[in-house]
Amino acid sequence: MTYSSAEIWGIIAVLAVGTFLIRFSFLGLIGDRPMPPIILRLLRFTPVAVLPGMVAPLVLWPAATGGQPDLVRMIAAIATLAIGLWTRNVLWGIIGGAVTLYAGLGVTALL
Amino acid sequence: MSVSTAKAPAKNAYLAGVRDGWPFIFVVIPFSTLFGVVATDAGLTLAQAMGFTVLVIAGAAQFAALQMMMENAGIIFVLLAALAVNLRMAMYSASLVPHLGAAPLWQRALVSYLNFDQTYITSITRYEARPEMTVAERFQYFVGVATPITPLWYGMTLVGIYAGEAIPEAWALDFILPITFLAMVGPMMKSLAHVAAAAVSIIVALALISLPSGTGLLIAALAAMVTGAAVETWMERRA
Repeated sequence: MTYSSAEIWGIIAVLAVGTFLIRFSFLGLIGDRPMPPIILRLLRFTPVAVLPGMVAPLVLWPAATGGQPDLVRMIAAIATLAIGLWTRNVLWGIIGGAVTLYAGLGVTALL
Repeated sequence: MSVSTAKAPAKNAYLAGVRDGWPFIFVVIPFSTLFGVVATDAGLTLAQAMGFTVLVIAGAAQFAALQMMMENAGIIFVLLAALAVNLRMAMYSASLVPHLGAAPLWQRALVSYLNFDQTYITSITRYEARPEMTVAERFQYFVGVATPITPLWYGMTLVGIYAGEAIPEAWALDFILPITFLAMVGPMMKSLAHVAAAAVSIIVALALISLPSGTGLLIAALAAMVTGAAVETWMERRA
């Protein structure tokens, strides 16, 4: 990480204010006026539009292996996604993915 | 996520909120600790990591910002990526208007600060199940749900910051972050529209990987949002 301390605090400050304004936006300012349905519909897809695109390169080209695809991390990623799909529970996905990752790393270390 | 649908009438809306909020500590403890660990690992000071947790108070966005910062992305892209992750909260804010729009400004401001996935989903479920709740009771309930969650969110980051210094490289914490994101993606696959949006997000983000940090992701996210909305509209017309 190559940012100065002032830059990091600037990032924190802008994210703090920006996040609050997003949360405050409609509740604070719009009042009871109805929202355009198309805006609501687009907003509803925001998390699922951002996270998969963010995570895909991290899975395919992990920084820890110098950007080389890594079988253990790939299997852990698939397990995490599968457990999340199956249980619909974030916590179980994290636990299952972590267990798979460490089991894989352990087996690799023994081979 | 378990949302209590207890039928017993609560004498006190705040206590009912506390009761419904506490199971989320099992999500908050590992997630918040992990943020402290990863933030320290990435090179943030204690004050900076705590600043994120207390001032931004949005797990996924904090992790997104951290990920971009570890890649030394341009500051504008760090900000846009993290705020884009939080855009869903504008929808939360909008959907709370019919329930809390009449509350005093300071109450709406406090609810806004505390409006994250767990508090929002739990509260909106209760409001819809009990339309007889007064605005004051709704506010008390919302703050009640946040009460067991928020202090732990702050405190466990601090624990993670200290624990992180003792955690060796071999623990592959680099990959805990992608696992956390992937674990959040699984439960989001609620319909064909969500699957289509996720697929477009991945394909466009990978195709535009050579653009300056963050740009490709934002284009991918916009394309995915339009895809999700379009597929959903198409499915409704077919139905």
